[in-house]
Amino acid sequence: MKTKFNNSIIKVEDLVKKFGNFTANDHLTFEVKEGEIFGFLGANGAGKTTAIKILCGLSVPTSGKVEVAGYDVYRQTNQIKRNIGYMSQKFSLYENLTIKENIRFFAGIYGMSRKDIRIRLEELLDRLKIENLKNELIASLPLGWKQKLAFSVAIFHKPKIVFLDEPTGGVDPITRRQFWDMIYEAANNGITVFVTTHYMDEAEYCNRVSIMVDGRIEALDRPQELKKTYHVDSMNEVFLKLARVKN
Amino acid sequence: MQKASIIVKDVTKKYGNSTALNGLSLEVEHAEIFGLIGPDGAGKTSLFRILTSLLVPDSGMASLEGFDVVKDYREIRKIVGYMPGRFSLYFDLTVQENLEFFATIFGTSIQQNYDLIKDIYSQIEPFKNRKAGKLSGGMKQKLALSCAMIHKPQVLILDEPTTGVDAVSRKEFWEMLKALKKEGITILVSTPYMDEAILCDRVALIQKGRILSIEEPQKIIVQYAHDLYSICTDNMFDLLEDLRNFSKSNSAFRFGDTIHLSVKSGFEKAELVHYLEGKNHEQIEIGKIDPEIEDCFMELMTDENKI
Repeated sequence: MKTKFNNSIIKVEDLVKKFGNFTANDHLTFEVKEGEIFGFLGANGAGKTTAIKILCGLSVPTSGKVEVAGYDVYRQTNQIKRNIGYMSQKFSLYENLTIKENIRFFAGIYGMSRKDIRIRLEELLDRLKIENLKNELIASLPLGWKQKLAFSVAIFHKPKIVFLDEPTGGVDPITRRQFWDMIYEAANNGITVFVTTHYMDEAEYCNRVSIMVDGRIEALDRPQELKKTYHVDSMNEVFLKLARVKN
Repeated sequence: MQKASIIVKDVTKKYGNSTALNGLSLEVEHAEIFGLIGPDGAGKTSLFRILTSLLVPDSGMASLEGFDVVKDYREIRKIVGYMPGRFSLYFDLTVQENLEFFATIFGTSIQQNYDLIKDIYSQIEPFKNRKAGKLSGGMKQKLALSCAMIHKPQVLILDEPTTGVDAVSRKEFWEMLKALKKEGITILVSTPYMDEAILCDRVALIQKGRILSIEEPQKIIVQYAHDLYSICTDNMFDLLEDLRNFSKSNSAFRFGDTIHLSVKSGFEKAELVHYLEGKNHEQIEIGKIDPEIEDCFMELMTDENKI
């Protein structure tokens, strides 16, 4: 695995996002390096989703400078969308379409050619060993499999960055780990992974993590360093120390 | 002897050709926190829906506090508090309106049972005029629990109440459950978090509509049959695959910043070091450890992911 991450693929400087009087993102400044697995942690309501929406080009900042994959979030949102992948626990795939139909649908949206779709579809079905299931409805699959497929679909068009918003919520321990095997593989293939999770053992799997509290980034470092800084043995303890829920 | 609070006997439920519950039986004692652990699709939600009288079993029987879930469904609904997996509140009503709504349905009022929900509800009360849809995950869970509690149920059934909830809120949530237990309330709860399983009085592992084992969490740990090692090297990415291919390896799983390796008999540490050095690993650290509950459950769960 690469040990050094040099180029910044996400640059955030003084990002502020307000909704009326409420400041959801309060002067965020951070960078994500190309090829790294970046854990974006925080309590519910800390402002993670707001920031992710901005990074994905779905919401415009109140102020600040944000660049994703070299594109500006104010003016170049279409280019951003073309260069990223996204999946969340809440929305992944269309339940009433088959595996194959979902893949063709999403690949089509990203403007992939029919030929490319066909070739990569074969590759994917082969790699996941699900050739025999390609015409099954998504609704018929267990949650763990849906999530694994959703991830495969999110990186099907070979994006530079993939955003994963609580991808393993509610998933059993074995499936969670299989999911992380896939994340490592994607990172190893050069895809930058931006991931949120409430499982603190998963925070340990990241190259670096940030912890958001009340709209601000309170800490950002490699997990080993954070544990040293806060004199604790696990990321769970780091999180409990930092993430006071003030509601 | 007093009968158990929740009794499930030989319950089977099928949806077409697929069997959700396959002759499942269990008993939960009064004021017990009973955890249900199992992969998605194992039958947890079907069981909960039967116990709350929302679904009728094909065969078998179940009762809560002596009331039959089919015959006495009116009684059941009075004594049970249910928090479904999906957020079940009215998003366009405020916090207070939601709570009032549930109180009214059960013929009570917020004032009447305020003591019971005070600890939980007081945390979200400052936001009582906010719409439920605008609450953060942790606050939604607190409101949902308040609504499930407002009619002073004797049995509380919680379907993955902490999924999507952050570590701090989860901790608070479990402190609330312990307080409710002290009030004498029976709690049946499912969770994908193994650190929560250990907080239960007893846990059952459910898979394919059947109970695999019911134990106190500490006993499950004691029963773990293999030697377990925690391993890290300079190359954690390749380490997992290398450990899985090691001849004395039972299983290898990531655990935070190390990998837990369960080994077969005849394992020698020196042999593993030699093997890993041969695979170009450096800074090899191998330590024998006691299993955590998550190790145990992964051992017990057969691979659900083969379809």
